[in-house]
Amino acid sequence: MLALILRRFVLAIITLFIISLLVFVGLEALPGDAATAYLGQSATEESLKALREEFGLNAPAPMRYLKWLGGFLQGNLGESMARRAPVAEVIGNQFRNTVVLSIAASLFGIPLAIVLGVITGLTRDKWPDIILSLLAILGMTLPGFVTATVLIYIFSIKVTWFPAISMVPSDAPVSEILPNIILPIITLTFVMTAHILRLVRTSMIDVLSSDYVQMARLKGVPLLQVIFLHALPNAMLPTINVIALTIAWLLGGVAIIETVFNFPGIGKLLVNAIGDQDLPLVQGIAMILAGIYVGVNLIADLLTLFLNPRLRTARS
Amino acid sequence: MTVQTQVSEQKIVIKRQSPLLETWQNLRRSWSGMFGLGLITLHFLIALLSPVIVPHDPLEMDSKNRSAPPSAEHWFGTDKLGRDVFSRSMVGGRVSIMVTVFGISLAMFWGGLTGILLGFLGGWVDEIVMRVVDALLAIPWLLVLLIIVSAFGTDAWIQTLTFGFTYGYTAIRVARAATLDHVTDDYVLSARARGERRRTIVLKELLPNVLDILLVDGAMNWSWMLLGFSSLSFLGFGVPPPTPDWGFMIAINREILATQPWSVFGPALMLSTLIVGINLFADALAKALGLDRSQGAPV
Amino acid sequence: MSNLVEIKDLSIGYHNKSGKLIYVLKNISLQIKPGETVGLVGESGSGKSTLGQAMMGYLRLGSKVIGGKVTFAGNDMFALTPRQLEKIRGNKIALIPQNAGKSLTPTIRVGRQIIESILLNTSMEKSAAKSRMIELLGQVRLPHPEVIAERYPHELSGGQQQRVAVAMAIAGEPAMLVLDEPTTGLDVTTQAHILKLLREIVTKLGTAMMYISHDMGVIARVSDRVALMYAGEIVEDATAVEMFKSPAHPYARGLLQSIPRLSLAGIPKSMPGQPPIPGSLPGCSFAPRCPFVTEVCHTTPPDFVPIQNQARLVRCHHWEKVVAADFTQELKSVFHVFEHKTQDRPAIELKDVEISYHKPGLLEKLRNTPQPPATVSDVTLSVRGGETLALVGESGSGKSTIVRTISGLLPAKSGSIKFLYSDLKVAVDERPLDLCRQVQLIFQNPDASLNPRHTVAEILDQPLKLYFPQLNRDERRARQIEILERVRLDGRYRLRYPGQLSGGEKQRVAIARAFVAMPEVVLCDEVTSALDVSVQAAVLDLLADLQREHKTTYIFIAHDLAVVRAIADRVAVLYQGRLCEVGTVDEIFSPPYHPYTETLLGAVLVPDPESEPKLLASDTPELAPPAQGCAFQRRCPKFMRGVCDIETPPWRSLEDAEDHKIRCHIALDELSAKQSKIIVAD
Repeated sequence: MLALILRRFVLAIITLFIISLLVFVGLEALPGDAATAYLGQSATEESLKALREEFGLNAPAPMRYLKWLGGFLQGNLGESMARRAPVAEVIGNQFRNTVVLSIAASLFGIPLAIVLGVITGLTRDKWPDIILSLLAILGMTLPGFVTATVLIYIFSIKVTWFPAISMVPSDAPVSEILPNIILPIITLTFVMTAHILRLVRTSMIDVLSSDYVQMARLKGVPLLQVIFLHALPNAMLPTINVIALTIAWLLGGVAIIETVFNFPGIGKLLVNAIGDQDLPLVQGIAMILAGIYVGVNLIADLLTLFLNPRLRTARS
Repeated sequence: MTVQTQVSEQKIVIKRQSPLLETWQNLRRSWSGMFGLGLITLHFLIALLSPVIVPHDPLEMDSKNRSAPPSAEHWFGTDKLGRDVFSRSMVGGRVSIMVTVFGISLAMFWGGLTGILLGFLGGWVDEIVMRVVDALLAIPWLLVLLIIVSAFGTDAWIQTLTFGFTYGYTAIRVARAATLDHVTDDYVLSARARGERRRTIVLKELLPNVLDILLVDGAMNWSWMLLGFSSLSFLGFGVPPPTPDWGFMIAINREILATQPWSVFGPALMLSTLIVGINLFADALAKALGLDRSQGAPV
Repeated sequence: MSNLVEIKDLSIGYHNKSGKLIYVLKNISLQIKPGETVGLVGESGSGKSTLGQAMMGYLRLGSKVIGGKVTFAGNDMFALTPRQLEKIRGNKIALIPQNAGKSLTPTIRVGRQIIESILLNTSMEKSAAKSRMIELLGQVRLPHPEVIAERYPHELSGGQQQRVAVAMAIAGEPAMLVLDEPTTGLDVTTQAHILKLLREIVTKLGTAMMYISHDMGVIARVSDRVALMYAGEIVEDATAVEMFKSPAHPYARGLLQSIPRLSLAGIPKSMPGQPPIPGSLPGCSFAPRCPFVTEVCHTTPPDFVPIQNQARLVRCHHWEKVVAADFTQELKSVFHVFEHKTQDRPAIELKDVEISYHKPGLLEKLRNTPQPPATVSDVTLSVRGGETLALVGESGSGKSTIVRTISGLLPAKSGSIKFLYSDLKVAVDERPLDLCRQVQLIFQNPDASLNPRHTVAEILDQPLKLYFPQLNRDERRARQIEILERVRLDGRYRLRYPGQLSGGEKQRVAIARAFVAMPEVVLCDEVTSALDVSVQAAVLDLLADLQREHKTTYIFIAHDLAVVRAIADRVAVLYQGRLCEVGTVDEIFSPPYHPYTETLLGAVLVPDPESEPKLLASDTPELAPPAQGCAFQRRCPKFMRGVCDIETPPWRSLEDAEDHKIRCHIALDELSAKQSKIIVAD
């Protein structure tokens, strides 16, 4: 079993390396270099040269990659061109803010999704299921910015319950941020819950029609006990992976939500960075987001390993 | 292996026809599926015919009538530049649909083929490619799209290629998994034992069985692609103005949301109905083909 | 004494996609007395499983009761509330399922699942429940119950899982057990042990039992009374002896005549046709296939009436005619031994073949760890042209492995495999096409071996295009029709999909596919095991026919020794991948036996209620072959310490039967002296 865990870890690290390579290569492949990208129209020979000097862009690509990688491993993410400050510093608070937003949405959304998923699985094709499934479909298909806009319209314009735009400065303490981001949280929760709910539902339906659940019923086990003791644990197993995937998706989609609500998070920063063509910043953010994705997946993998007796004691 | 369950001697109760016909009949039975198919068809027709049938020129600015609420002349009102929202909403899907339809075909084609090959051949090539695919999937989708678009421009054909590429590698995963599922089936073993060439086995034995899953996945991916395209458009990285596009329209009209909500709701309605339609259809298709409706998170 | 179970005119059905009502059970009436064991027999589609579930008040999703009543211990099972049902299930009536592995919750340890049953169905305290659970595990003869209790279901073997299911069922001390094919998928010897266990428990506790199976041998062994089902109806209800010795219903008669038997050489006569959909015919459901049929049978459905001593029931207009004939006498005449010539030269030769699934990893190679014993080892066999060699053995015997290696799907580690003069020890990808053509493989389950997306025409076209590229489209089409007719299927089947064919028809298509290549050797991997009993004979007949015509050599894998008796010329008995005994069919079935052969033959359940199997060895599962010595050492009743576990046993044969070889440390005359003939011809 230790071997399995180790294997997963090693794979995760390898994946991170490949990602760093891909990101670097991807950015290298863009026409021009970071300097031309950033200066764009206003580039002159001198400004280009100066910028290149400053950011060490004259060194050959492999050297720059290794230098960057070395820095990254030490926690130094390079320097942002647009803001002339270390990337880590620029990201700093924005990252925390996004984390706050994501965790708030997850804490709310995941348990909700599981509960609703179980309910729809149990009441398959009856009214609770039909209504909830319809809502879930809406949540899954409506683009985040549509949902966000609709919510803004209803809750900020028609009734002024929640602020449409979070006016908090990026370094405000968490307690001040939270009340201002109710709408973004709701939006994110809506989307997340929809995805996870559907999967829990499918999983639940599968498990409820399994031989062992039938057997438990025929053994005389009361319905509630069957659901909680026999069905749920088995239905949850495949869900873990999807929850991980959904969190990962969150990292991508959160950028749009943050833009809609003008929330000072890492997603909005990313969009701005791309708009500014600030490549070092983009690189730094990409690595962080990818790192989170890999980390979350690793945890999910390990959790599945621990919780699934079949994998734990599998003979090779 | 010892005896398995008995193979039934009874002819199946329902007189089965060819799998294609049977799938269609199953599909017909699903209300949501047919509704979804209807929505898709409607959108296709609109996209095709709209330039001809719209009441106003989508680009024409009526400076006296800016941000006007819905009226008999402007069913959805006008946007802040005085353009007719209804006409723009009708036309706003053309690029989206074109790019995504071609994009998804491209994606499923190259992703599907690669996935099947990987699943069938296995070995270290499979290992390496899957590692790379996993790594690619770890990079937030938005980021990849944004980078490529910001680098190569927002021309519709470039976008098609971009989307075709990025959504292709999720198709690889699905095709590969489906292939692995079937590669141990007896009929594949039987073909191998007969000495059939690998190419024959992949094309004749595996592909027809993997095609279902690819179709359903393709439909689902199409809706994700639309989502992605409109998101890009929303952020300003999509089709450049003045070509009307739903995502972009929603973005720029947000400022007058309070006074003229229909300038946003118009395109939002169009976009949403198409995506919902595709999803309903894909769901029903999966059921009609007898497939497991397990859906993962989007790219 | 009042009946424990009273089923009266029960009909169950469901609505299909077009809304039409389809019957699964029609007018079922059955009684079971306390302590009685009723065997419910039927082929696939007869509705027996549904009846078993109905006994517990359970209906599959979409099915409903159309009429009639099921009364258990005075309770109308379909009129009870869910709470009441919960109280009865597990408590008064318990189910032992078909696939115990799938019926035990994967995430809960086995012991806890039994304790759950105890707590729900008895008034025991939690503290006492654990020791009771261990006691139950001991009662079902599981060694080291404390260890087993802590295991998860997937960590146990099939036989162990089934025993756990039995323990779980008797935990509530129910008045009745319902068993739905509980030994399907288990080895012959394991099956015999579990049945013995069941008989003991049932006698001791006075439990009534409803045993559902398609296997006539099992039913004969286990039942007091037998109810035979056909197309959703019970067609005969009699004591076991009455049913098996002189059946009164034409279907019973036909069925019993169509099963291969250990005691009679040759292939039995198969019944033509297929079972209809329940309730679809205006008259008797069996009329289209009945040899006793008259006009009235097509128009009027027969009533289920008591006959003879009034305790026996039959659903037939002409039962008197059926009972009039001497069944036992008739049985002998029904078996026909097919004559065919074999050549002297060997078609397939295996010498010292060793096959291993284990692929040493880099670490193991570096550390030089000793490799585990090979899956198959030391196999030397020679199959003559035109002959049928049967490979016999239980799970783990390696018979499938050997056949797959011959066909090139698996690599052999060492040894030589030859077909005529060509080397078969080459992977199938590297064999010349003509060699591939000569050696064809037919699989067990036609559901899986025919591509569901191809029509029959396409399925047959593949080998034609591959091996005979010079044929054009029309010529291929002609050959397809020809081979279809040869396997007794109409040419119109070409355009059908496998999903539209019955099990027997699908297997014929698989056979056609193999023979359209005009092979020399056909490897048959349990090709009749997944088919209904009554259809097996027809397929065996077909295979024999084709062999006679094309002089094909067969290597035939079977776990059912009666099938081996029907079709094989020579037999090789395998245990854990090693040969134990090789000889002609007659030689194998008479002493001297290899101790494993003796165990195997002893465990076979024949469709004769008056014969009892002899259980000679335990049924502890083997995980891997032993590193040295005889393969059978751990279970052999004649085990000699210091000899059998150290040295590989030598091949011995009798002077007058050179080709009959037994691999044992015990001298043959010594073996013969202690062994009596197990199979007695009627």
